[in-house]
Amino acid sequence: MKILVPVKRVIDYNVKPRVKADGSGVDLANVKMSMNPFDEIAVEEAIRIKEAGKAEEIVAVSIGPAKAQETLRTALAMGADRAILVETDEEVEPLAVAKILKAIADEEQPGLVLLGKQSISDDSNQTGQMLAALMGRPQGTFANTIEIDGDSVSVKREIDGGLETVKLTIPAIVTTDLRLNEPRYASLPNIMKAKKKPLDTKTPGDFGVDIAPRLTTTHVAEPPVRQAGEKVEDVAALVEKIKALGIA
Amino acid sequence: MNTLVLVEHDNNSVNDATLAVVTAAGQIGEVTALVAGNDCASVAEEAGKIAGVSKVLKADDAAYGDFLAENVAPLVAGLMDGYDAFLAPATTSGKNIAPRVAAHLDVMQISDILSVEGDKTFTRPIYAGNAIATVQSSDPKLVITVRGTAFEKAATEGGSAAIEDASGPGDAGLSSFVSREVADGGDRPELASANVIVSGGRALKDSETFEQIINPLADKLGAAIGASRAAVDAGYVPNDYQVGQTGKIVAPEVYIAIGISGAIQHLAGMKDSKVIIAINKDEDAPIFQVADIGLVADLYNAVPELTNAL
Ligand SMILES: Cc1cc2nc3c(=O)[nH]c(=O)nc-3n(C[C@H](O)[C@H](O)[C@H](O)COP(=O)(O)OP(=O)(O)OC[C@H]3O[C@@H](n4cnc5c(N)ncnc54)[C@H](O)[C@@H]3O)c2cc1C
Ligand SMILES: Cc1cc2nc3c(=O)[nH]c(=O)nc-3n(C[C@H](O)[C@H](O)[C@H](O)COP(=O)(O)OP(=O)(O)OC[C@H]3O[C@@H](n4cnc5c(N)ncnc54)[C@H](O)[C@@H]3O)c2cc1C
Repeated sequence: MKILVPVKRVIDYNVKPRVKADGSGVDLANVKMSMNPFDEIAVEEAIRIKEAGKAEEIVAVSIGPAKAQETLRTALAMGADRAILVETDEEVEPLAVAKILKAIADEEQPGLVLLGKQSISDDSNQTGQMLAALMGRPQGTFANTIEIDGDSVSVKREIDGGLETVKLTIPAIVTTDLRLNEPRYASLPNIMKAKKKPLDTKTPGDFGVDIAPRLTTTHVAEPPVRQAGEKVEDVAALVEKIKALGIA
Repeated sequence: MNTLVLVEHDNNSVNDATLAVVTAAGQIGEVTALVAGNDCASVAEEAGKIAGVSKVLKADDAAYGDFLAENVAPLVAGLMDGYDAFLAPATTSGKNIAPRVAAHLDVMQISDILSVEGDKTFTRPIYAGNAIATVQSSDPKLVITVRGTAFEKAATEGGSAAIEDASGPGDAGLSSFVSREVADGGDRPELASANVIVSGGRALKDSETFEQIINPLADKLGAAIGASRAAVDAGYVPNDYQVGQTGKIVAPEVYIAIGISGAIQHLAGMKDSKVIIAINKDEDAPIFQVADIGLVADLYNAVPELTNAL
């Protein structure tokens, strides 16, 4: 079985994003970028499945600017076998990302596609579900545990009330949640080796996918800023404050 | 415009998350509520009473009983001929189903809206709520998920909508439900809709300590219990307690953060709370930058003392 892992280059999670003064978007110039943390979890899970002898090959894919190569090299250094960059400088919306991924899946015929549940930039939380619909395949979103058993996969999902397990027939699409695993760091020798692993470059046009946006962002604004309040001296003062709120 | 709202329920009663969606949908147009489930007649009746709902569609079929996206999404897509917009709550269930509907309709989903600005214009948070984008759709139909804390809840009484039966393709044969482990919170309010939340962080050490320190205070205040990601990852509490960018978004009257540093991912989930109270031994902890009331203290002394005094 082959596993396809789409990885997105996003602002590093330690960086506090700043809105541009003209309200046209978020300032990404000279900001540290990294692999979306949920995608690191997806790469890690794919590697563990391969290490358990249940997959033969891991293909990482990214849709984005030339620099997304770095993100793909990170996936290769972690343990992916080869990579595909679909290069574009446009902002590609999740629906178009899903269409490109579907075209790649049609060629590669993976048994599993492992994606992040959401990217921490746009927080859309939709690419995996859209891909599953376009492929006409089942989806296991917000995965906490994945178990492959022959031609089906059981996914324990993190849901609002707790956990839920569903059984999906393979090929299936799974999106990762935080508790699925702790991603490994790439070792120096593996980072060196990754430089020699194959990385193909394509364009959205190669797949005949129209990436024209359906949504226009007309304005990006700072959220209302919360002012820090006061610090109280001791517990007794806090008790007074809480009583004044009328909740105790 | 005609809107179709996905009613979230457990085959017995309507989940509160639906009520904010009805309000959002009402700002776009007429509201039809879709109850897809198994033996869900009581839910359909309850949905018909929600103020602002003008019609209820009931799709009662074993295939919809566990809300599998593979089965529910084609049902919704099939019904959309008569509607301009589909709205679902931004809960784990809504987020699971709505994008699949969007792909069936070949439209982009607008995720987690905060406000309706026009027929096809909405605001939504990006970058963990550090920026608010105004987005306009050019798609022929809209698929939207709604942030529950951003809209008033519609009243549960006052409507008298007629109930019609609807049907779809049924079981897609792609997936099956196996089991659900849902903790019984007893009398404790639900995190997403609680008036008061007491949240604990990494400082709580382990699950016993968390329970000893946090639960009595929550009991005193009739509060729901939340946690930071660090506390969940370390196994102090289950995953559904996580508040934050990638957990639950909450906006209670009062949010009490105990031993939580205030990382941006955590703030993203709670900074719209009316009053934020923080207890942390580090006076420079970022949580104090958003707290209305702060107490710099060791939680192991302060929290039991507070609980006793209330
Ligand atoms: C500054 C800025 C401006 C923007 N302006 C607009 C705009 O005007 N209109 C608009 O519609 N959108 C805009 N976007 C959003 C952009 O189109 C989305 O970020 C992107 O399309 C995917 O959304 P997501 O990552 O939130 O998807 P999610 O559904 O949250 O992503 C889930 C998973 O899908 C996979 N995935 C997603 N994208 C990729 C990818 N490119 N390559 C590989 N895997 C991927 C990953 O596994 C990821 O974890 C803007 C974004 C930024 C940063
Ligand atoms: C992709 C991604 C998604 C994330 N999503 C979320 C999310 O949804 N929600 C979330 O919460 N986090 C999320 N995080 C994690 C986030 O970045 C922080 O790591 C996390 O919130 C920290 O939790 P904490 O405040 O409990 O722990 P810490 O940051 O370790 O803070 C512990 C605090 O306790 C205080 N303390 C210690 N001992 C005592 C004592 N005896 N008395 C009083 N105070 C004490 C310390 O001063 C400190 O401020 C995410 C991270 C990533 C990468």
